[in-house]
Amino acid sequence: MPEFAVELRNVSKRFPGPSGEIVTAVNDVTMQIRDGEFFSMLGPSGCGKTTSLRMIAGFELPTAGEIYIHDRPMGHTPPYKRPVNTVFQNYALFPHMTIGQNVGFGLEMQGVDPKEIKRRSSEALEMVRLAGYEKRMARQLSGGQQQRVALARALVNHPEVLLLDEPLGALDLKLRKEMQLELKRLQREVGITFVFVTHDQEEALTMSDRVAVMSAGNVLQMGAASEIYEKPNCRFVADFIGETNFLDGVVKAQTGRDVDLELAGGLPCRATADEGSQVVPGQKVTVTMRPEKLGIRPWQGADNIYDGRVEEVVYIGTDTHYTVVLAGDQRLRVREQNDDPYSRPLAGIGDAVKVYCDEVSARVLTE
Amino acid sequence: MAIEQPALRVDAPPRTRWQGILLALPVTLLMTVLLVVPLLIIGVNSFAQRGPDNAIIYNFSLNNYLRLLGIAEPGTWDTLYIGILIRSLWLAFQSTVLVILVGYPLAYFIARAPRRQRNFWLFLVLVPLWTNFVIRVYAWIMILRNQGVLNSLLGWFAGLFGLPFTPLDLYPSDLAVLICMVYEFLPFMILPMFTSLEKIDDSLYEAAADLGANAWHTFWRVTFPLSLPGIVAGTILVFIPVMGTFIVSDILGGRQVILVGNLIQRQFLDARDPVFGSAATIVLMVLTLAVTLYYTRKFGFAEEAFGR
Repeated sequence: MPEFAVELRNVSKRFPGPSGEIVTAVNDVTMQIRDGEFFSMLGPSGCGKTTSLRMIAGFELPTAGEIYIHDRPMGHTPPYKRPVNTVFQNYALFPHMTIGQNVGFGLEMQGVDPKEIKRRSSEALEMVRLAGYEKRMARQLSGGQQQRVALARALVNHPEVLLLDEPLGALDLKLRKEMQLELKRLQREVGITFVFVTHDQEEALTMSDRVAVMSAGNVLQMGAASEIYEKPNCRFVADFIGETNFLDGVVKAQTGRDVDLELAGGLPCRATADEGSQVVPGQKVTVTMRPEKLGIRPWQGADNIYDGRVEEVVYIGTDTHYTVVLAGDQRLRVREQNDDPYSRPLAGIGDAVKVYCDEVSARVLTE
Repeated sequence: MAIEQPALRVDAPPRTRWQGILLALPVTLLMTVLLVVPLLIIGVNSFAQRGPDNAIIYNFSLNNYLRLLGIAEPGTWDTLYIGILIRSLWLAFQSTVLVILVGYPLAYFIARAPRRQRNFWLFLVLVPLWTNFVIRVYAWIMILRNQGVLNSLLGWFAGLFGLPFTPLDLYPSDLAVLICMVYEFLPFMILPMFTSLEKIDDSLYEAAADLGANAWHTFWRVTFPLSLPGIVAGTILVFIPVMGTFIVSDILGGRQVILVGNLIQRQFLDARDPVFGSAATIVLMVLTLAVTLYYTRKFGFAEEAFGR
C-alpha cells in the first residue's frame, strides 16, 4: 500500500473573477495525506480549502499541478471514475428517492446485485445508527439524521478516501459535538482516510490526526493538532487556532533556540524560537503567549515575570480571564483555572499583579 | 403522569377569516357570472331540442348526445363525430409529446445557464406571445405554402447541389396544424419545466457524479425524475388548450382538418344548432377532464410527492 492516500503536488487553481481579473483560489499547494488518517483542511472562508477538496473529488480541475490518489495521477479523471466519495455540506440527498435508494445509489451505479445492495445498504445504515430507515424519505429526517444518511451513502461504497465538506456546519452546537465524536469513531472503525474541510478550529483540533492550516490559497502549516497549537509557525496560525497574546519585540541575542528579546516598554523576555529558524540581533519579531500558559499565581523558576495592573476580569465558569496591562501599555490575557472551591477571583480590577511566563511558552514568530 | 394539554386552536381567528372571504369575493363573483352560470345554461341546452330560427325548445332528451355518438338512427353507426373526437385527442397527444421533446432541451439549457443569462433566454421564449395569436398562425402560411419560405429555401439548397426538387405540399395539411400547435404552445411547456429544472440543486448533480453516475445515469435517475412536476404542469397547460383550439386547424387545415373546436364553433355560428354545439362542448369538457385526471393520478402533481 502506498504511504499517501492523497497527494497534491504544486496544485494551483485560478479562475476569472467577476470583473475579469484572475482569482487564485489555490496557490501552488503541496500536501501529503497519509493513508488511514483523519486529515483536516482548516481556514477561514475563501482560503482555498473547499476548492482543494473539490479538486480531489474531481468537481474542479487544477489549473496547474497534479493530484495523486494512492499514487495514481488523477489528471482529467471525471468524478464518477474517482475512488473517492464526498459528504456534501448540504448533504445533497436525492429528494425523490427513499433513504434506502439514496444509500444504494453508488452500488447500483457499480452494477452490484440488488440483493447485495440491500444487504450492504442496511449494514451502512446500521453503522450510522439508522437501521430500519430504508423506506423513509430524506425530508422526513432531521438535519442530524440526514447527515448520517449522507455518510452512509458515501461509506457504503468503501471509497479509498472520504471527502467531507464542512458536513457539520448546519447542525446546532450540541449535535455538532456529538457528530464530531461519531465521525471519529466511524473513521477508526472503517479505517478509511478522511479529508475534512472546516473553518472551525476547535472541530479540526478535536477530530484530526493532522491539520493543514490554509489562508489565501496557501498552506501555512501542516502537522498534528498539538503541534499546530503549541508551535504555530506564523502569526496567522497562532491567531487562527485558539486564543493568544501577541507582543512586539526586538532580538537582543540568540543561543540555539533560546532568544533574548526586549519588548516594547523595555521589558526583557526570554523566548523560544522554532528549530532551524534564524533570528539576528536587532530583528523585529512577534512573541506569542497562550493565555492558559500564563499565570498570575506565582510559581518557582518562571523565566519571565512582569509587573502589571488588572484591567478586566471575566468569569467564564471553568476559568477566569484577566486582562493585565504591562509597562509600555501592552496587554496580556491570562487564563486561570477556577480550581478554588468557591471560585474566588485571584485579583480584582485595578489590583497590581505579577504575570509569570516560562521561556517555552513564549514563542518567537518571524512572520 | 399525564399532563392535560390545552386543545390546539386550528380555526383561523374571525378577523382573518373575514379578510379571506373579502379577498376571494371579486373572483368568485366573476367566475360565477361568467363561467358557472353559462356552463349551467350550456348543460341544460345540451339536452334541449333545436327549434326553427335558432330557437331552443326545452323538450329534454338525450338526442344530441346520441347524435354525437352516431347512434341516433337505430341500427346504424355514424362515426363522423366520434372520428372528430378521436382526431382531436390524437392531435392533442401528438402536440403535447412533441412540445415536451422540443421544449425539454431548451428548458434544461436555460435552467443550467448562468443566472444572469436566464432571464434573457426566458424573455426570448416569451417574445412571440407579444404578437396576436391569429397573426402568428397566418405567418405559418407564409412559411409552409407552396411558394413559401421553407420551400424556397429547400429549393435553393436542392439547386445548389443540382438535385430535382418538388415543393412539399405542407399547406393546408394535418402536419401544418401539428407544427403550428407545437410552436404555439411551446412557451407554456418551457416555463414550468424550467421552474422544475432550476430548483434542482447543483450539489445533486455533483452527488450523482460522486457516486459513480455518468451523464446518462445522472439524467435518468436524478434530472428527469426531479423535473417531472414541470412536465406534468406543462402537459396540462398544453393539452387542454390544444384540445379546444379551432383557429389553427381553421387557418392551416384549410377547412379539411376538423377538430372538436371547429365542430363546436360551426354549430354555434354556421349551422345554427346551439343545442348540438352545447352537447359537443360538454363532451369536450368531460373528455379533457377525464384525460387530465387520469394523467395527474398516474404521474401525480409530483410537487406534493416531494414536498417543499
